[in-house]
Order: sequence, then C-alpha cells, then structure tokens
Amino acid sequence: MSLKHWAYALAAATVLSLPAIPAAQAEDSIYVPLFTYRTGPFAGSGTPIADGMHDYLTMLNERDGGIGGVKLVIEECETGYDTKKGLECYESVKPKHPVMVNPWSTGITLPLIPKAAVDKIPVLSMAYGLSASAKGDIFPWVFNPPATYWDGFTQILKYIAAQEGGGVEKLKGKKIGYIFLDASFGREPLPLIESLSKELGFEAKLYPVAAADMQNQSSQWLNVRRDRPDYMILYGWGALNSTAVKEAVKTNYPMEKFISIWWPSEDDARGGGDKATGFKTLNWHAVGANFPLIADIQKYVVDKGKSQVSSKDKVGQVLYNRGVYNSMLIAEAIRTAQKVSGHKVVTGEDVRRGLEDLNIDAARYKEMGLENFAGPVKLTCADHNGHFSTFIQRWDGKQYVKVSDYITPMTDKVEPLLEADAKAYAEKNAPWPKRTEPCDKAS
Amino acid sequence: MFYREAGQFKQSYAADQAIFPIRQDRIGLAVILLIAFVGIPLFGNEFLLASVMVPFLILALGAIGLNLLTGYAGLLSLGTAGFMGVGAYAAYKLSTIFPEVNILVWILCSGFFAAAVGAVFGLPSSRIKGFYLAVATLAAQFFLQWCFVRWSWLYNDNASGAIEVPARTLFGIAITGPSATPVTRYLVVLTIVVVMTLIASNIVHGRIGRSWMAVRDMDIAAQLMGIRLLPVKLLAFAVSSFYCGVAGALMVFLWLGAAEPAAFDINLSFVLLFMVIIGGLGSLIGSFFGAALIHILPIAIRMLPDALGLSIGAATVEHLTFMIVGALIIFFLVVEPHGLARLWQIGKQKLRVWPFPY
Repeated sequence: MSLKHWAYALAAATVLSLPAIPAAQAEDSIYVPLFTYRTGPFAGSGTPIADGMHDYLTMLNERDGGIGGVKLVIEECETGYDTKKGLECYESVKPKHPVMVNPWSTGITLPLIPKAAVDKIPVLSMAYGLSASAKGDIFPWVFNPPATYWDGFTQILKYIAAQEGGGVEKLKGKKIGYIFLDASFGREPLPLIESLSKELGFEAKLYPVAAADMQNQSSQWLNVRRDRPDYMILYGWGALNSTAVKEAVKTNYPMEKFISIWWPSEDDARGGGDKATGFKTLNWHAVGANFPLIADIQKYVVDKGKSQVSSKDKVGQVLYNRGVYNSMLIAEAIRTAQKVSGHKVVTGEDVRRGLEDLNIDAARYKEMGLENFAGPVKLTCADHNGHFSTFIQRWDGKQYVKVSDYITPMTDKVEPLLEADAKAYAEKNAPWPKRTEPCDKAS
Repeated sequence: MFYREAGQFKQSYAADQAIFPIRQDRIGLAVILLIAFVGIPLFGNEFLLASVMVPFLILALGAIGLNLLTGYAGLLSLGTAGFMGVGAYAAYKLSTIFPEVNILVWILCSGFFAAAVGAVFGLPSSRIKGFYLAVATLAAQFFLQWCFVRWSWLYNDNASGAIEVPARTLFGIAITGPSATPVTRYLVVLTIVVVMTLIASNIVHGRIGRSWMAVRDMDIAAQLMGIRLLPVKLLAFAVSSFYCGVAGALMVFLWLGAAEPAAFDINLSFVLLFMVIIGGLGSLIGSFFGAALIHILPIAIRMLPDALGLSIGAATVEHLTFMIVGALIIFFLVVEPHGLARLWQIGKQKLRVWPFPY
C-alpha cells in the first residue's frame, strides 16, 4: 500500500472510531463544565476569566478533594464568544448531567434561558445576560447576581452625583455621554437613560459603536470632542474597551470623568499609556492576590503547573478575580445544595435550590479565606440577582485601586423596569411555563 | 464496473430528462434518504442531531441559496447573512403577530420577504458585476444588520434586543421552543431541505437555470440569444434570497432558539461563500459537501483528542482546529479548484472504469 492509501485508511479509521468512545466519567463526581473563550476577538477578556474560574475549582479539588468530599469534574469548552459554538458546547455537555452552566456571553445565555427549565440545568449568568431574569418567580432556573446592567448604570450616576458634591439632584443640567457597544448589551440601558434623563434633568449624549468597528471609534470621539460631555460612561467588551481608552487619551478627555461598567481589564487601561491614569470602572470584588484563598490557588494550582496562566502576576488581576468570584458562586451553590438536599452528589435540581438559598456573609468569606473580597451575597426565591452594591475603582497607572464606598443602585428606578420587562418576556414567549418549583423555607 | 449506465435505455423524453437518469444514482439517493430519514433519527444521539445534523442541513440550504446566485448566475454576493436575517426576522414578526398560524407556513412565507428584499438589492446587478457587485451586496449586508439592531419594531421592543423563539407545535408535537426534541427538529429541517433541494434541482435543470448559466458564462452572448438580463438577474437574486431567507428562519427557530443581530453578521456571509467555493460553484451537491467540510469537520477534529484519550486544553484544540481546517481548505483548493463536487465527479468516473482504468 502506498503512503496515500495508508493516509486514507487512517482517516477512515479515526472517523469511524469517533462516536464509539464515550466520555469516561465516575458516578460519584460533580460535573461542572466551563464555557470559556481563549480564542477569537474577545480572547483578551476571556482568557483571564477562564483562568480564574478554572484555577479556583481545580484548587478545591487539589486542596479539599472537591466539595463536601465529592470530586469536581471540570471541563472547559471553547466557545470563542460565538453563539453557535456555545450552543454546540451546551449540547455536548448536556448528556453528562452538568449541575449548572455559565455561558459567559449574553448571546449564548438567551437561547439557554427557555431550555434551562426543560433540561433541569440552572444557568448562572453573572452580571450579564437577560436583566429581567433576576425575577425568580418567572425565571426559576436563571440566576444573574450580583447586579444588572441597569443597576450598574444607576450606580455610576450616583457616583457622578457624589463627585458633584451631592445627591442625584446635582445631575441636573449635566451633559453625560454614553459610549456603548451597539448590540443588545450596550443598548439595554437606553430605556433607563431615557426615563432618568427626563426625571433627573441631565442631558444624555449617545455614541453607539457597531460591533464591526470596535477598533475604529474616531468618529464617535470626534463627536465627544465637539459635545464636551461632563462625564462619559462606557459599556464595552473586548477590544471596544481598550480602543475607547486609547481614543479618550488621544482626545484629551479628562480620564477622571470617564467611568465604565465592570468589564475593562488592566490591559485595557494600560494600553492608554500614562495618560490613562484616572480611568474608572465599577467593580464588586477586590483586586490583587493578598487573600489566603488566592495564595492557596498559587500553591496548589499555579506552582504545580496545573494552571494555564501565562505568568504568575496575572493571578489577582481584575478579570482573573472575576473568574474566581464566579467559581466561588458555583462552589458555594454546590455546597449549599449539598446541605439543603442532603445528597453528596448533587444534581441540577439540587443546585438550583442551592443557588436560591445562597447566602455568603462576611463570616463565610473569612472562612473561605476571602475576607473583604466582596460584599455579601444572598439570593432568594423571588430575587435571583440581589441588586448588590458595587464600588468605583480607579486606574492609577499600574493597578486598579478602590476609590469609593459601596454604592447602592437606584432600586426604585430599576425595579419597575425589571418587573415590566420580565412580564413582557413571559407574554411574548407565551405559553411561558408557570413556576412549579417550590420555594425552600430558608429563602 | 460499479457505475455503468450500459443497458439502461431511455424510451421517453421524460426519462431522458430526469434529474437522475442513471439507475445507480437513484439507488444511491434512495439509500442516502433512507439513512437520513430513518437511520440517523433511530441511531443518532442528541448531540449528533442537534449540533451536527441540524446546523449542517440549515447551512447547506443557505449555501444552496448562495450557489444559485453565485454558482449558477455568476453574481457574487456578500449579503447572504443579511438575507438570512430578513427571513428570520420576518418569520419572527409573522409568528408573533399571527400565533395561531402554523410556524412552518410562516417559515416558508418568510422566504418571500427575503426574496423581495433580495430583488431590491439585486437592482445594481443590471449595471455592475464581479467584485463591484460584491461591494454593492456588502452594502445590503451592513444596511440589513443595521436595521436588525436599530429598528426595534422588528424585535418587538425586547429589552434584550434579540428575537426569542416562542414554542410552536405541528400536529400537537412541539417543533420549536425548548421542549422540541432534537429528533423532531431534525426531521422537520430535513424534510424542508430535501424538498427545497429538489425544487432547486428542477429550477437549475430547466429554462430558468439554463438562462442563469448563459448569463454567467457570457452575458452579451446571452443577451444576443434573447435572454433579458435584468429580469433574469433579479430572478436569481429573488430565488437565492428565498432560499437564504428560509435557511435564516430555520436557523433561528429550529437551531439557535434565540438570536441577536450578531448572528447574521458578515462572518456568516463569508462562511457561506467559502462553503460554496470549496463545495463547488454551480453544484447543488457541492453545497452539501461544503457545509459538511466547514461545519462537521471542525466538530470531528474537536472530538478527536478526547476519543483518542489525549488531554489537550480546549483552547489548544480550537487553535489546532483552525489550522487543520485552514490547511485542508487550501489543500482541496489546490488539488481541485472546482471544489469537492468535482472530486465527487472524478470519483464517479473512476468507479465507472474500474478495474480497467485508461
């Protein structure tokens, strides 16, 4: 047989053998798939998050032998931030009975929302996805703590008001620019902006950036230069953030007055050079590696070469810690599920209850080795988001430093919108199933 | 030897004009259809049905749509994803305005909306062709995607800015929405794709298809033969967009389940164009080959390390997949610039003369 024939035979053999080998999986383990994106246009943001999520759960396996004595099976599935690939990931993990999925993309979250109740797999979309899914009575299987994009917007407004030396009445007559990704994520605050600008008397200037021109924002910033807004608010992701910082520096926009939602990373700010100092973002957890738990991650995972982080100083960066926070929610939900259900090897149904009964207070943070890492998280049957406070952090040229206290959202403004939106979703997707899952007493 | 038409005599014009004049082809097709309609639903698991076969069929339908335009009529288009989006949004609007009408009716009707939009954006083709037309259709792509983002009426003012698929049934069985099983969705998609492929095959073998090919090969000569260019080109745009529109509606309703405007971005247009080029311009079966190579091959490669028991990081596998698929695309284009369909033809010819090749 010639080489060519051998090649054909090999190809045929591999194709035939593909479906034959089922994934080896132990019965007494908990399967936690992680949807990550280390490739594609958003890899810059996706990689540190993936590292943080993966390393925390690996550390639990290495240090404690899993959660409650049950090993976690952690598997990454690469989505590339692409909805189609994300759904493919979902279908490929579904037969292995995952206890929850974290889509890490609003586009992937949306199709999973109706599926969650049917497949009995809870969806944890941490501070992204469908804001209305905060309503536990309509979306029993979807969770999006610790805050929605609407909450975030009102928190930024409150901070701006505080900078002006007072309450929200100080916003009157101010010009506030809003530069955002012209997709569902960035457009979500628009109805809120419309109603709030009338109510509070500020003038909103909108600068949409199409997804295709994320790296070319010169026309938007030309308009910013002309309009001279008093403050700028940024809702971006991936290359949009770094480009916005660079353009703001080029435009000589005062960076102290440029405030973003919680997604920019260190690299996004660093790209703007020294002049980017003063750039601010929202955040709800600490940065840095000075926590006993993160030291454990260093010791058990990074030092043993079980992590994919490119260098050790990446541990503790904003988005790495964001991933750690996400995995902490996963782990705590599983732990709570073990407690409320009495099972060691929990199922998706148990973890859904675990998420509803989730209660991480200061004492628990200390116990985990994450004292003062983030604010308490307590979810209930009706409230799957919590609308927790966030704070402002400032880029000082080297790292982000917390510069404000925890700011509460304007719940009175956000709540009616959420209520109306959740109801509209259920109506438009009629027949939307009624919640049949009973509430636990604790929540 | 395996593939000889010797002894198969045609005794009527109808028999001679059949789509599959050779008996072996008919048997082969019957076997493929049998496997597709019976074998795969019986033995395939959910992943194979929902993540491999349904997307493959839908992408193949979109590729057929583009192939009618680019492969048969010679009009290069980069607006395919836009036209698919028109179909998807039309089906969504129709289904939410008239929920009592069966969703399949609306999916097929949505094709007419896409056809109308496609014909409008096809108007420049009367004056320009080649790369210039590609740029003109690129404008359609950007304009349509802009509409999907900005025109909130299209997505019923959803705060999420996306279209969500309501649950709909056919004969009491859920075919869209979360409770629709992959088997049902697969069979619905398969039926639509098979029927539409048959129609496409009839179109391209008939008067319309021949006039498209005449225009493709030399438009001046076609004009001299009495083919009126503008109606023929617009018809090509309309029919092509009809297929793309139905594919787009199927994509949202039976595959994704919810879609942001980003689902219909320029990447999808390029992917479909690659499928058409690699599969074979001007070949319906090539559209299926192209869709298989671009959609199924990466999935197979991604599953390979697991199947062999190797533990490679998900991202590394993804990079490897990109490299291997890219290399294969170049390999196939170098070995056979006319696409996989031509390889298929060569293969058939070889089977015909085996075991005495000359």
